[in-house]
Amino acid sequence: MVEIVLISALDGVLYGMLLFLMASGLTVIFSMMGVLNFAHASFYMLGAFFGFQISRYLGFWAGLVAAPLLVGGLGTVVERYGLRKVHRHGHVAELLFTFGLAFVIEDLVEMVWGKLPVDYRVPPSLDFPAFTIFSGNYPAFKVFELLTAIAIFAALLLVVKRTRVGLIVQAALSHPDMVGMLGHNVDRIFMLVFGVGAGLAAVAGVIAGPALVTQSNMAGLLGPILFVVVVVGGLGSLSGAFLASLLIGLVQTFAVASNASLAGAFGDLVPSGWLQAYVGDIWNVTVAQVAPILPYLLLVLILIFRPRGLMGTRES
Amino acid sequence: MRKGLVSTAFALSMLGSAAMPSMAEDTLKIGYVDPLSGGGASIGQIGLDQLHFIADTVNAKGGVLGSKIEIIAYDNKLSPQASLVQVQKAIDEGVHIIVQGNGSAVAAAIENFVAKYNERNPGKDIVYLNYAAIDPILTNQSCSYWHFSWDANVDVKMEALTNFMKSRADIKKVYLIDQDYSFGHSVADAAMRMLKAKRPDIQIVGNEFHPLVKITDFSPYVAKIRASGADTVITGNWGQDLALLIKAAGDAGLKVNWYTFYAGGAGGPTAVKQANLPDQVFQVTEGVNNIDYTPAQETARAYMARHQSDPVFYPRMFNLTGMLFKAIEEAHSTDPGKFAPKLEGMKYATFSSGEEGIMRKQDHQFFQPLYISDFGPLNAKQPFDEEHTGWGWKVVAQIPVKDTVTTTTCKMTHSE
Repeated sequence: MVEIVLISALDGVLYGMLLFLMASGLTVIFSMMGVLNFAHASFYMLGAFFGFQISRYLGFWAGLVAAPLLVGGLGTVVERYGLRKVHRHGHVAELLFTFGLAFVIEDLVEMVWGKLPVDYRVPPSLDFPAFTIFSGNYPAFKVFELLTAIAIFAALLLVVKRTRVGLIVQAALSHPDMVGMLGHNVDRIFMLVFGVGAGLAAVAGVIAGPALVTQSNMAGLLGPILFVVVVVGGLGSLSGAFLASLLIGLVQTFAVASNASLAGAFGDLVPSGWLQAYVGDIWNVTVAQVAPILPYLLLVLILIFRPRGLMGTRES
Repeated sequence: MRKGLVSTAFALSMLGSAAMPSMAEDTLKIGYVDPLSGGGASIGQIGLDQLHFIADTVNAKGGVLGSKIEIIAYDNKLSPQASLVQVQKAIDEGVHIIVQGNGSAVAAAIENFVAKYNERNPGKDIVYLNYAAIDPILTNQSCSYWHFSWDANVDVKMEALTNFMKSRADIKKVYLIDQDYSFGHSVADAAMRMLKAKRPDIQIVGNEFHPLVKITDFSPYVAKIRASGADTVITGNWGQDLALLIKAAGDAGLKVNWYTFYAGGAGGPTAVKQANLPDQVFQVTEGVNNIDYTPAQETARAYMARHQSDPVFYPRMFNLTGMLFKAIEEAHSTDPGKFAPKLEGMKYATFSSGEEGIMRKQDHQFFQPLYISDFGPLNAKQPFDEEHTGWGWKVVAQIPVKDTVTTTTCKMTHSE
């Protein structure tokens, strides 16, 4: 029991940190620019594929550095020549633009790398068990993922809290119009933020790619969860996104580990009743089986009871 | 600039028309409806590669009844709804033969759709040839005259696996983990029922269901398996759900024996090798490459020479196409209404060993010899490794046709 709790906690925190790497960019872009960036998870996917391609020639570490830079660059280009042009026509146009971009990126990835998973390997220098808890191993690569995510979180926190750029970004989070009035070049800040956001998502892609599956549907699998993180965390709050990421990571892993069901809690239904026919399925389903929908349940509950999110600073 | 755009558009449209399947009437069209994108794509692509390989081989010899075979692929994304749209599209494009295999939920939808379509459109019959979906319901409660099934169903395979497991005294605690849909539940139910009957002393320490092709990290599940104290896992998982499960087990250093239906599928062998589980992973199939039968081995070599990066192989696809072409030639017709009766009760020398199998008339289930094999280092008489791992499948038990025959509740109306 202790073993499961410990391993689930580790896995949950790890998954949460990966989510945060992506959600941090998304939430900042959303709060500042009002754009719900549907293509954000696509940058994560591009990060994984770029990382894979670079790792074949120059090794994993070169990929870890170069892929996020490339994707970040791509992000700034998308903002400068795509979003900024569309911006004039309002938020709906921007939304549609990112929505279309997600499909374009997915199709491009399929054209270049095919629809099958690519063989993105954990680098040999990290391919060993880091430590043994009880009788199980914990892979070194996962520890590395965790440390990288924490390091980036710390760096991000420093930049936002301690630098001038961070100050302006923070101001723009809650009062974007006022920042513009004060004479700051809001356009350039937007471009920078979009690029950094895309780059962070790419970092997540590079370090998640070898551990999970690198294939063309990976953006589609993760995209919806990111929106949950942003909504649950609250608009305009990086710490909210952090909290929500960890919460969702932990909820999902612990739910999988749980065998609880209504039948387990309240005993079996009386067989052969009409009740059995109607609620039998729901009665016997375990928490583990419904684990994938729990984040969305959370989303619905938050929207009903606390629409501004856990730590949101403004309503819209 | 504008001129450039126009000419580009023109060139693109020409490209499009060149890529369109030719509409000539003299080809025998086979519509392949399976996942070619998303989580099931790695498995779906192999079936398509193999169909192309078979079509090219047969076409080089002049085709069937003088007409060339044309394979048309339709991506169903493993969704029953999308499959029906694709089947309808295939029919609209003049396809009368639908081949599908992955996902029993998809299979059930197509089986039902084709039966209804034929009822409403007399004289324009469509036949559905199923190479892999094995939920027993397909050839029992919901059986249809227009559906033929080539892989042994869940009950038959589980019977074979549990007969083999019964004599292994080291099995004490078994964990079941399956995909959360009709097929996965059939596997779990059959395993519970049969183990209880054959080895009542075995403890079932877990019965887990997880979402189909959506999980990318199985480590929480592996932690659960370890905590249960299981020494053996039975799973019906296929495709990435099998490969990732074993990969996660390898990462966590979980050492148990695995009894599977599909460890031989794409990515499975690579995952087993990386997890370093020699001779600990078993599968039950209709054949493996290391069965000493020359015709099959030669074909396998020819296929692998063409698909070096993706050398996985389904013998059942050869049985399916071989019997289809035989039926068409016997009936002198490519009309499913005419050749389907020839498939009923057809006896056929199976691809993997040449031993005779039979398509049972009563429920359209093909019965064939089955093999239990384990995966590990090879000796000199076992020339085939898998996915360039250096390890391969070795037969540990063989089940003759007569021991695979199960009863069926199917009551279909046969054409007269």
